[in-house]
Amino acid sequence: MAVASISAIALLATACGGDSDSDSTSGGGGAGGEIKAGGCNPENPLVAGNTAETCGGDVLDVLTAKLVHYNPETAEPENDIAESIDTDDNQNFTVKIKKGYKFHDGTEVKAKNFVDAWNYTAFGPNGQQGGYFFEPFEGYDKVSDPKSKVKELSGLKVVDDYTFTIKTSEKVSNLPLRLGYTAFAPQPDSFFDDPEAFGKKPVAAGPYKFDSWDENSSIVVSKFDDYAGDFGGQADKITFQIFQDADAEYTALQAGEIDVVRQIPASALIDDKFKSDLGEGRYLEKENSTLQFIGMNYHVTPELKNVKVRQAISMAIDRPTIVKQIFNGAMTPATGWVSPIVDGYKEGACGEYCTYNPEKAKQLLKEGGGFKGKLTLTYNGDGGHKEWTEAVCNSVNKAIGIDCVATPAVDFKTMLTKLGEDELKGMFRMGWVMDYPSIENYLAPIYGKGAGSNYYGYDNADFQAKMKEAGAAETPEEANKLYQEAEGMIAKEFTTIPTWYGKTIIGWSERVGDVQATPFGSPDLAAMTVKE
Amino acid sequence: MGKYIVRRLLQMIPVIILSTFLIYAMVFAMPGDPTAGKCGERPCPAAYVEKFNEKYHLDDPLPVQYGYYAKNVLQGDFGENQYGNSVAEELGERFTVTGKLAVMALVFEGVIGIIAGVLAGLRKGGFIDNLVLISTLFVISVPIFVVGFAARYFLGLKWGIFPALASGKDPSFYSLIMPAMVLGSTSLAYIARLMRTNIAENIKSDYVRTAKAKGLSPKRIIGIHTLRNSMIPVITFMGYDFGALLGGAIVTEGIFNIMGVGGYIFTGIRNRDGIAVVGAVTALVIVYLVMNLIVDLLYGALDPRISND
Repeated sequence: MAVASISAIALLATACGGDSDSDSTSGGGGAGGEIKAGGCNPENPLVAGNTAETCGGDVLDVLTAKLVHYNPETAEPENDIAESIDTDDNQNFTVKIKKGYKFHDGTEVKAKNFVDAWNYTAFGPNGQQGGYFFEPFEGYDKVSDPKSKVKELSGLKVVDDYTFTIKTSEKVSNLPLRLGYTAFAPQPDSFFDDPEAFGKKPVAAGPYKFDSWDENSSIVVSKFDDYAGDFGGQADKITFQIFQDADAEYTALQAGEIDVVRQIPASALIDDKFKSDLGEGRYLEKENSTLQFIGMNYHVTPELKNVKVRQAISMAIDRPTIVKQIFNGAMTPATGWVSPIVDGYKEGACGEYCTYNPEKAKQLLKEGGGFKGKLTLTYNGDGGHKEWTEAVCNSVNKAIGIDCVATPAVDFKTMLTKLGEDELKGMFRMGWVMDYPSIENYLAPIYGKGAGSNYYGYDNADFQAKMKEAGAAETPEEANKLYQEAEGMIAKEFTTIPTWYGKTIIGWSERVGDVQATPFGSPDLAAMTVKE
Repeated sequence: MGKYIVRRLLQMIPVIILSTFLIYAMVFAMPGDPTAGKCGERPCPAAYVEKFNEKYHLDDPLPVQYGYYAKNVLQGDFGENQYGNSVAEELGERFTVTGKLAVMALVFEGVIGIIAGVLAGLRKGGFIDNLVLISTLFVISVPIFVVGFAARYFLGLKWGIFPALASGKDPSFYSLIMPAMVLGSTSLAYIARLMRTNIAENIKSDYVRTAKAKGLSPKRIIGIHTLRNSMIPVITFMGYDFGALLGGAIVTEGIFNIMGVGGYIFTGIRNRDGIAVVGAVTALVIVYLVMNLIVDLLYGALDPRISND
C-alpha cells in the first residue's frame, strides 16, 4: 500500500518535470531525451548470473533491479525490491519484497523469481560465471559441483509470493549488503525456457527495458513505463554505442557522437589533457574499488619470511612518483588493504610502511637479515602491467639495493597455476575489484583459509576467528570494527604489500547533467539527465 | 583459358585445408587457458571452465578438435564464436564494411599512385620527380598509426573536415574517405615509386625506340606501349595489397572505430577466440587465392606474350 502511493507520487512528480523539448520520442515522462553512452561488446549473452565483466555489466546495470541498490555517492546499500531483510542471528534471513514490481514482460516480481534465478546461477552444470556469489548459502557445496545432480540450494525457501528465507552455512552479518550485485537479480519465468536465447533479448525488472542489440554496433534500451521502484531512469532512451577501444570512445565524445565515456584513455591523461579537452564540470575523478597490491610467496622464498624485509620493500616503493609517471595520476597511493570507498574502510591501516622512506627501509632490511640474490616481481603479460612493475622494481633497487626484476608470465591463468604449484618465486602482482561494497570483501576472499583468491596459502587461526566473530556481530558498526581488527592482523604480518587504489575518471558532453559514478566505477546512466 | 581457371581452382583446395589446419593448430596451441581473464581479476569458476571446454572440445587432442571444426565447415557452418554468435554472419557483416574501405583505399592508391608515378617517371630528375620521391619517402617512413591519429585529430576533430570516426555496421561513404586515405597512403607511396621506376626503365627500351622510329605519336607511345608493360608489377602489387587491406587494416580500423575484419581478428586473438580467428582467416585465404588468380589472368590481358594456356 505504502509502496503504491509512493510510486504514484513519484510518477506525478516526474511527469511534471517532463518539460523536455529535445528529441524525446516516447511518452514515458521523466526528464526525457536520449543518452548515447560509450560501451563495449558484452562477452556473454546478457544473463545477470553469467556476466562478470563490465561490457555486459554496464547494460545489465540499467536493465535489472535487485533487492538492494547501492548509492552511487556513498556506496551505501538502500532497499530496492526488498521491503525488508531481517535476521536475528545473522544466519537465517527473511526477505520480504515489495509488491507491484514488474518484469518488462508484464509479469510480477515474486519471491520465487529470486529463488529460481539464484538456484540456476549456483547450479554447477549451468556453468555460470557468477556462481561463486552463492558460496555463503547453505547447500552451495553440493549444488556448485560441475557434475552436481542437486539443483536447489537447501538454504533457500519460498514462504509465500512476497517472502523467502535464506540460510547461510555460517554467520554472515553483511549478507544484505551483498545482495545488490547483478548476480542476485531475479529472473522472470520465461528465462528458464531458453536461457541462451533469453540472453540475446533479456527481460528484467529495472528502470530500463531492452530494445535491441546490434552486434558490434550498439545496444539500445528504453525507459520502462511500469517501473515501480525509487531508482527510475531519467532519460527516455539510452544507446550504448560500441567502441573497440577507449581512445576511439574518447574521440567520439569530443566529436559529439556520444554523451558519456566510461573512462579517459591514457593518451588524454597525460598532463591532465582531458581537463582542457572537456572543460570544467564535464569530468569526474573519484576513487574506485580497485586495489592493486603485491603478493609474496614467502613459503617459497625464505628471504621474504622476515616481516621486516617485507616492510622494507614496501617502504622502498615510491608510490606517488610511480602513480604520477606511469599512471598519469589515474591511481592513488594506497594506505591500507581496503578501498576507501567501501563501508568499514579505516584510513592509514598501513601506517608509515606505505610511505617512501629509503633510510628507514635500509635499516629495516638490515634488521630483517637482508636479501641476497635476485628478487622477481611476476606480472601477467596480458594485462598491461609491464611498466609499473618495472617502475616498482627500479624504485626498490634504487632505495635499498635489492636486485629486483619484473618478470612476465604469459597470462593471469598461467601465473595463478604456477602460484598454486609453489613454482612462483619472489613477488607477484595482484589486483582486487570488489564484488560488493564491504570491508569484508577485501579480506575473506583473499586471506581466508582456503578461500577462492587466497593464493598465498595464508592461514592464520586468529584471523579466521576474528572474521567469524565479525560475521556474527550484532550491528554493522560492530562488524566493521571487528573486520578492521582483522585487517590490522594483515597489516601486522604484512602478508601483502598494498600499492595503489584505482581511480574512476569519466567524462561527458554538454548535453547531459547529474553525472555520478557508481561504486563500481561506471557512470550511473539511470540517474543522468539530458539538458536540452 | 577455362581449363586454366578450373585447374587453378582445384589447386586451391589443398591450400585452404592445409592453411586452416595450421592456423587452427597455432591458435589453439597458444599457451595459456582460453578462459583466463574472462572472469575479471579472479579465475573463472570450475563449473564455467568445464562447460566452456566441453563446448569447444578443448579436452580432446588437437586433430580431433580440428575434425569437429572441419566437419562443420564442410557443411557450410563456420561455427559460433565465444559470444555464441554465428561466425559466418559476423564475418559477412564485417567484410561488407572492410570491403568498402578496401576498395576505396585501392582506388585512392591506384589512381593517385599511378598518376604520380607516371609523371615522375617521364621527367626523371625534374621537379615533380623530386616532389614524388620526397613525399613518398615521408609517407613510407611515418608509421601508419601516426598518420591515422594525426588525420583523426586534425581533419576530424580540430577542423571538422571529415567525421572523426566511422562507427557502426554501415558507415557512410563520406565517413570512410579519411580512413581509406590513411589506409591507402603507404601503398600509394609504393605504387608511385614502382610505377616511376618502371616507366623510366621502359621508356629507354628497344620497343619504345622502335615505336618512336615508326613515327607513332608520343601519346600512343606512352599511353599504350610503355604504360601497359609498366603496369604488370603494379597490378601484382595491387592484387596482393587488396588481400592485405582486407585482413590487415587492424590499426586503421582501430583508430577510426570501424567494425571490420581487422578488428575482428585482433579481438579474436586477444580473447583466444579460436573459432572466430580461424573462420576469418579461412575467408582471407580464399580472398588471397582469388586475387592471385585474377592478377594472373590480368597479365595475359596486359601483355599478350604472357600466356596462361
